[in-house]
Amino acid sequence: MGDRQVLRAVKVQQDIIGARQAGRDLARAAGFGMVDQTRIATAISELVRNALVYAGGGVCLISVETEERSATIRVVVSDQGPGIPDIDKAIEPGHSGGRGLGLGLSAVRNLMGCLSIESRPGRTEVTTSMTRRR
Amino acid sequence: MKVPILRLGRILLTSVLADLVDEQAVQLQSEILALIRDDRADGVVIDISGLDVVDSYIARLLNETASMVRIIGGEAVLTGMQPLVALTLVEMGRETLDMQTALDLEAGVAVLNNLIAAKGQPPTIAAPHVDT
Repeated sequence: MGDRQVLRAVKVQQDIIGARQAGRDLARAAGFGMVDQTRIATAISELVRNALVYAGGGVCLISVETEERSATIRVVVSDQGPGIPDIDKAIEPGHSGGRGLGLGLSAVRNLMGCLSIESRPGRTEVTTSMTRRR
Repeated sequence: MKVPILRLGRILLTSVLADLVDEQAVQLQSEILALIRDDRADGVVIDISGLDVVDSYIARLLNETASMVRIIGGEAVLTGMQPLVALTLVEMGRETLDMQTALDLEAGVAVLNNLIAAKGQPPTIAAPHVDT
């Protein structure tokens, strides 16, 4: 039925707030409840902060696909940083690659229910999504 | 914008009214620590009712602040967490947030006063029994 998307550049700390607010707005417009809106905003915050801290910035694409009976929100955060050397380890709860962001990726997986990571030096893309019945 | 820190006797009160960028959060942390270090306060109540997202970074910063305040001899209490924020923190994983909490600012002040009072009292040791 309706598709919408928002593309956000992530360059400064303020962009973390901007990106999660954009995600919350899209989720609300697509009919996601308050709990899911908060989960989505929190997940975006984690992913975008990772891009900023580890790669010096990146791009956050948030898209919504609504169908007759369901809505899916998808968040893709990509950067051109050094990449994640050991993805399995990065997803472990409590793992920290730097400034004490230990829970980041496992938190996203817990909040959203899914998480996929593609990473090599120069290109990292983290994707998560959530589908709800309408 | 700087987050104001109010003083109520020997207690500090701070209320985070809107989303903080990381830098502001770190600044708030160091201001609280400086005030307690300089012996101008015994503890702090941090109210986060204005935050509708607490991610792992902010959670960690809050934990750290509480630990650091305790290490330098003060106490810290967190208040006003929105139920939706509490829910996401629980879902994010165990031990995401580990500090004294209270429902609202008023309850937080009461909890903080109790913590400070409890610390001020000498350890309760039974008086030695002297046989005459």
